[in-house]
Amino acid sequence: MANSKFVTPTKITRGLGASKTGTSAHIRQRVSALALIVLVPWFLFSVMKAALGGYSDALAWAGSPLNATLLILTAGAAFYHMRLGMQVVIEDYIGKPGTRAALQILNTFFAAALFVVVAMAVLRIWTGG
Amino acid sequence: MSATPKADSRPLSPHLQIWRFHATMAASITHRLTGVGLYGGTLLIAAWLVALASGPDAYNAVEAVAFSIPGQILLFLWAFAVLFHFANGIRHLVWDGPGVGFDPKVASQVSIFNFAFALLGAAALMTAAILS
Repeated sequence: MANSKFVTPTKITRGLGASKTGTSAHIRQRVSALALIVLVPWFLFSVMKAALGGYSDALAWAGSPLNATLLILTAGAAFYHMRLGMQVVIEDYIGKPGTRAALQILNTFFAAALFVVVAMAVLRIWTGG
Repeated sequence: MSATPKADSRPLSPHLQIWRFHATMAASITHRLTGVGLYGGTLLIAAWLVALASGPDAYNAVEAVAFSIPGQILLFLWAFAVLFHFANGIRHLVWDGPGVGFDPKVASQVSIFNFAFALLGAAALMTAAILS
């Protein structure tokens, strides 16, 4: 980092270039947000209702084809959205390239693994396995 | 640039101590905090679904944790985070799409509304759950 008081922050940044891939992430973040505007209220109210009825009610609720489909859709949209959001948080605060790359990879693995876990659980309930 | 620079020479985003306190700054930071919180909160939802798929014993164990006092506090915080991120997220979409709501006075009012919405909404959901 230049320490001359004549070098402005703009001068330090200029020429480093953008990643040139930000726009698609920006749009994906917002498209998944649009899906979540519909899915999250459904999730909040129906999970609350299902969870208050105990094991058998919750099982019957998650086992219906419509609820199972919406659960997997919600998980997909939410995990996609949060992976993108966490990517921005990491980019904002982690300066070390190695640490940053490691966290970005972990972020992707976490979201993908969690999606598979949730989808498998829902499918298992749905098929009665 | 050297092959293994210690730090990227691009500047990082400004940190918390940069900002003087006001409603819009609080809403912006809370949006990010609740987003990160919900990221961790997905583990709770995953645990609930996996327990549900595993059988009554696992489910009852998770239910006992969820209905305990610490569990209820966690659920309240989760509900607050969902509702705040939801309301403030819609505000972000309105900013990006129609491009309205940037006026400082309106932005402050919407920020305060989002906090009130999330707090009252989470309290209402928890009360409904406890009373039922």
